[in-house]
Amino acid sequence: MNPFASRSSANRVIPGFGLSLGFTIFYLALIVLIPLSALFLKTFTMTWEAFWAAVSSPRVMASYRLSFGASLIGAFINVIFGGIVAWVLVRYKFPGKRFIDALVDLPFALPTAVAGITLTSLYSANGWIGQYLEKIGIKVAFTPLGVMLALTFIGLPFVVRTVQPVLEDAERELEEAAASLGASPWQTFTRVILPGIVPALLTGFALAFARATGEYGSVVFIAGNMPMVSEITPLFIITKLEQYDYAGATAIAVVMLIVSFILLLAINLLQTWTRKRAGK
Amino acid sequence: MSAVIDTPVNAATRAPRKATNTLEPRWVRYTLITVALLFLTLFLFIPLVAVFFEALKHGWATYQEAVVDPDALAAIKLTFIAAAISVPLNLVFGVAAAWAIAKFDFRGKSVLLTLIDLPFSVSPIIAGLIYVLLFGSQGWFGPWLMDHDIKILFAVPGIVLATIFITFPFVARELIPLMQAQGSEEEEAALVLGASGWSTFFRVTLPNIKWGLLYGVILCNARAMGEFGAVSVVSGHIRGETNTMPLQVEILYNEYNFTAAFAIASLLALLALVTLAVKSIIEWRLHAARKTNLQMQTTEH
Repeated sequence: MNPFASRSSANRVIPGFGLSLGFTIFYLALIVLIPLSALFLKTFTMTWEAFWAAVSSPRVMASYRLSFGASLIGAFINVIFGGIVAWVLVRYKFPGKRFIDALVDLPFALPTAVAGITLTSLYSANGWIGQYLEKIGIKVAFTPLGVMLALTFIGLPFVVRTVQPVLEDAERELEEAAASLGASPWQTFTRVILPGIVPALLTGFALAFARATGEYGSVVFIAGNMPMVSEITPLFIITKLEQYDYAGATAIAVVMLIVSFILLLAINLLQTWTRKRAGK
Repeated sequence: MSAVIDTPVNAATRAPRKATNTLEPRWVRYTLITVALLFLTLFLFIPLVAVFFEALKHGWATYQEAVVDPDALAAIKLTFIAAAISVPLNLVFGVAAAWAIAKFDFRGKSVLLTLIDLPFSVSPIIAGLIYVLLFGSQGWFGPWLMDHDIKILFAVPGIVLATIFITFPFVARELIPLMQAQGSEEEEAALVLGASGWSTFFRVTLPNIKWGLLYGVILCNARAMGEFGAVSVVSGHIRGETNTMPLQVEILYNEYNFTAAFAIASLLALLALVTLAVKSIIEWRLHAARKTNLQMQTTEH
């Protein structure tokens, strides 16, 4: 199992190229490409004025602010705490470490609706955590704060899982050299360790942010869904659909899709950067 | 979004290194461990416990009653049907895509890789919306479907289609890097010795990729059974007919029937826990296999 095995020489021996590639493209077109193109074609039936009015009404602008704002804050919280979790899991030994490592993926595995109702019941006024926060005057459930909380939950594994492998590959000798040359632990951290994991932190941030902007299931229960206050963009698309305003729903969906494509591009560039750094 | 899901290749290379001579003072170490554990307790452990607590709050009998309710059973059945159709289809696709991408060189490969990942970066709501635009009464095929009395939207086929879209990349995502890393030497040897293409695949390739395949299937299945947003758009929420388990959870919760909602939710949480356990076992096995491989290599030289 040589990872450097050349594949180009196999072209003539190995069969099934036409069949496998043909089926791949056929299935991709049928399930993904044709349906997605319907979205763009639908917006072409709208006039520019109608499109612009649909994607820039005050209510939808408020939903962008909430969706993107809460996603940014959630992703930022995950960079800080996800970075600490990754560090602790890679560098330290403590009881139950393997169990905790496996549990980090829970937000990927737990259906979003389950996460949504659970967080709501925990943080509502009489919930396990909500009752204490209520006493000090903090309301989480049915406010924008609740949206942020749910989006933090959903993005939790991304930063941990992008930083973990980079920290494992980090050369400890460099840190030891820095320390023996008289650097303080803080200097070693900011000058040696941090520069090495910055690309991974940024990638994790972008992934968590991208996931959070489109998230629906875990948010709708805890958000309260008040127009202009706690209504996220995906929910507003559903509201439009329920009013049979298909063109309006599609226009907003296209805006969101374009944002996701830009994020996807940024993530790909970040990962190339990370690999280059690692290869050095 | 290739880092969305941990690949078994990545996971297996995560060799636990000995935590030797950490440079930072002891109090820093303990503070960091405490902060990390508090954060994970607050965000992961407490919610997980709360699901089962809320489900069993009014006793085992109430719990059982909620699970064997006819609407709940219909939802469980539909969830299994949707997964039983979408997972095998995406499995066949994943194997075909990995075979084409890992074994051959062709132009536009990186574009193809990006397109396969596309459903990961599309919001579930948009995934549902595209099928409404295609098959809804105002959609492209809507009028034709109505004339022929075929129901796709607000019926089981729509739910299955949305589930296939959402879980589309999972198996391919796991198999492509795995098969790329393994190369083609073993297959070439089998073919040169006279094995047919299919028997080479079943006797040589499949045993080599079985753990990666299982890993992808497990993650694909968890998402297929738990998908909420996309399915919610195309389902129509008809009780006992087009409700999957997550949708049934939503309906019960919105009716303030919290115990029943959490009872169904606890089944989904169990599925998540089983998924995480199997995933960890596979990672551990891959890691062990890699270790023996490395040892064999060092003794050979």
